[in-house]
Amino acid sequence: MSMIKSIFILLLFQLAGESVRALTHTKIPGPVFGMILLAAFYVLRRREPSPALQQSADSLLGWLGLLFVPAGVGIVANLALLRSAWLPIGVALIASTVLTLITTAWIMHRFGRRASIPEEAA
Amino acid sequence: MIQVPIPHVLSPGIVPLFAIVLTLGAYLLGVEIEKRLRNPLANPVLIAIVIIGVSLRLLHLSYQDYFTGAQFIHFLLGPATVALAIPMVRALEHMRRGFWPMMSALLAGSLIGLISGYAIVRLLGGSQQVALSMAPKSLTTPIAIAVSASIGGIPSLSAVLAILGGILVAVSIDPVLHWLKIAEPSAKGLAAGTAGSGIGASRVIPQHTLSAAFAGVAIGANGILTAVLAPILVPFLKHW
Repeated sequence: MSMIKSIFILLLFQLAGESVRALTHTKIPGPVFGMILLAAFYVLRRREPSPALQQSADSLLGWLGLLFVPAGVGIVANLALLRSAWLPIGVALIASTVLTLITTAWIMHRFGRRASIPEEAA
Repeated sequence: MIQVPIPHVLSPGIVPLFAIVLTLGAYLLGVEIEKRLRNPLANPVLIAIVIIGVSLRLLHLSYQDYFTGAQFIHFLLGPATVALAIPMVRALEHMRRGFWPMMSALLAGSLIGLISGYAIVRLLGGSQQVALSMAPKSLTTPIAIAVSASIGGIPSLSAVLAILGGILVAVSIDPVLHWLKIAEPSAKGLAAGTAGSGIGASRVIPQHTLSAAFAGVAIGANGILTAVLAPILVPFLKHW
């Protein structure tokens, strides 16, 4: 039962997110709105999600990589798009991605270390 | 006309089931290879994509055939994205403590990703349209497609770059951050989500619940920030 309840809650908030998207006509995908709504729901109610929901969320997220595989296979069909300008595309993709990664991680590391300290120690 | 023997084995009725079994099997094999090799390049998502790509070619199955079954796995991306709220709620106190650094890191990462992606393509002689397709590459695929369309890029190219960029982050984040001696789960999660959205985050989420929380925030925030910033910045970028 608890697993069905968890799936119900996640899909319900996804549906709510899709509705917000439809009403506001933004580029933000419905599931991202759903994520914000679900987080806001628990924050405003000052309650922890039930252990069953936490467990379902953690197991679903533990396999997140798998869920990207079908879309990833789609790029194989579209790789020809890269052929036109593979050098600037390849260099820019690698350099810009690694630069973004380093910038974000370094700022958080340099100024936000407190965020990673366990609650009891803070 | 050469008769392809495959349709006799894979009657159309079982193609969807075959696609699901193939996807799960390829991913499990990828996880197993990752465990054995312990090399960041042995990424399960990348391995699964290659195995499935080769299998489809050998079996003369189109991507549309494959997706009749794979769509059921793809569908779970929606609830999984919503589920990112759960680690976020758990990490609320951590986020409150690191709020301003987190916001600064997000804004800086978002701007650097957008501007450097565009600028490097242009510096290396790529066309403006290709550069504009590169600009939203760090975003989660649906937002990358939408932003690309709105600024004059090629949406399908941006989708490919978003997925390749995500794989690149999944493969490189551990060695790069190890080299920089950055080990906190908050910095790791935030960087994975900002630079590589969901696929990048899938690498660090199982490592720590705080990584999952900060990755979730980063995926949403970078998507929203870039969707707002890109249309404002692009006219300046084009000039320069």
